[in-house]
Amino acid sequence: MSEPAPERVSDPSADGRVVLDARDISRALTRISHEILERNRDAEDLVLLGLHTRGVPLARRIAARIEAAEGHPVAHGALDVTMYRDDLRTHPTRAPHHTEIPPVGIDGKTVVLVDDVLFSGRTVRAALDALADYGRPAVVRLAVLVDRGHRQLPIRADHVGKNLPTARSERVGLSLEETDGIDEVRIVELEGVTTA
Amino acid sequence: MTRHLLSIDDVNAEEIQQLFATAAEMHDVQKREVKKLPALRGRTVINLFFEDSTRTRSSFEIAGKWLSADVINLSAKGSSASKGESLRDTVLTVTAMGVDGLVMRHSASGAAHQVAGWLDIPVVNAGDGTHEHPTQALLDGYTLQRQLGGPGSLEGKRIAIVGDLTHSRVFRSNVKSLTKLGASVVAVAPPTLMPSGVADWSKAEGFATSYHLDDVLPEADAVMMLRVQRERMSGGFFPTSREYTVGYGLTRQRLGMLREGAPILHPGPMNRGLEISPEAADAASSRILDQVSAGVAIRMSVLYHLLAGEESA
Repeated sequence: MSEPAPERVSDPSADGRVVLDARDISRALTRISHEILERNRDAEDLVLLGLHTRGVPLARRIAARIEAAEGHPVAHGALDVTMYRDDLRTHPTRAPHHTEIPPVGIDGKTVVLVDDVLFSGRTVRAALDALADYGRPAVVRLAVLVDRGHRQLPIRADHVGKNLPTARSERVGLSLEETDGIDEVRIVELEGVTTA
Repeated sequence: MTRHLLSIDDVNAEEIQQLFATAAEMHDVQKREVKKLPALRGRTVINLFFEDSTRTRSSFEIAGKWLSADVINLSAKGSSASKGESLRDTVLTVTAMGVDGLVMRHSASGAAHQVAGWLDIPVVNAGDGTHEHPTQALLDGYTLQRQLGGPGSLEGKRIAIVGDLTHSRVFRSNVKSLTKLGASVVAVAPPTLMPSGVADWSKAEGFATSYHLDDVLPEADAVMMLRVQRERMSGGFFPTSREYTVGYGLTRQRLGMLREGAPILHPGPMNRGLEISPEAADAASSRILDQVSAGVAIRMSVLYHLLAGEESA
């Protein structure tokens, strides 16, 4: 029941080569945090929403960095898109994660969606639908740690930690301290998959 | 997860917790401005009720609608079933219209099991005779677990279930589900309303029966009062309703015997003044309305897990 969707696979024990280590990830997040601030001078209208699972700790880290830079906290929370996915019927069902919209709400705010890896764009599409059921943000932006390409929908990220050109036959394995005990991004060659 | 939900036997403790976890998220939808999730968009659920029901049917209807399913309600009264059509013909006819899931209530025990064997779509038992009512037991367990402190909090708790146990499908399903979650159940009823062979029902630690409500109440972590089902009684189970109330009603006096804050549950509809006094029904520790709102969340969870995912062969 807890089978992960294909674009969000992460396995810390996997082989493959490390493309980003903990320091790279930290620097990328710091840069994204500053970019977000530059685009949005007034951090008071900002709401960071992490997409489950690994976008949630990333949103928390970015919020901490913005707070450190600005001196006041920035609203952040978590968004679960399970119910909005377009591939519900091709997987066994799984229990949804907890959606946590900060008390200020999202109406009229600048919402920054935060995710780990941007791949097909389908998760982001689902997130935009979910967001519309919670309110009407003034602006919605997207921040991702890794953009690996191969989009299937007209979606792009506003803030990217690292562009990783990959083959379809490869898998991006992203591990985070909070969920996997280590910060790193690996590229793993999948066996038996031919490049499309 | 199971293909049908006909009995609590269809789900293990882990799956029950998974249904509860999903229900907790569904519960939040009730607080949202847009009370709608797209998970069952394009799916059709039919509520086929051969027996009267207000809360269960409307609860399933709301649950289906909030998941964006198309929901059709059919009651046997005024349908072809009252013209002499067989159960098999009725369900095959309505499901031939392209239905993806069937929710069914019937006065015959085992009816949902039988129907599930005739169909290749998921069937949810919404009460069959005096046999089982799994979604009611799930919402009761969910309400209790939330009240007692979250996942795992039912472990080692004593739950008293009081009333007309012989005719109660809610009782049967609750014994199974509460003991699966680690609680012990004390079944309290007058001898005439205690099901025969009840002692062999559950091997759970501490599963017990009693004829004396006053002995049980001070020891209970929660109490579930069940309705006296006059419609299933041919008389002779107790002399007068006054005597029933004196022996087995949750009266104002008995309210004081309960532990501080011990939740009071009742699946409804209540016979106020018979099995439960107005003081108990409206007490601060009464969770009766929470049960109703939990009912929608649990049924959303069940419909989601049975209908949203890939077709299990």
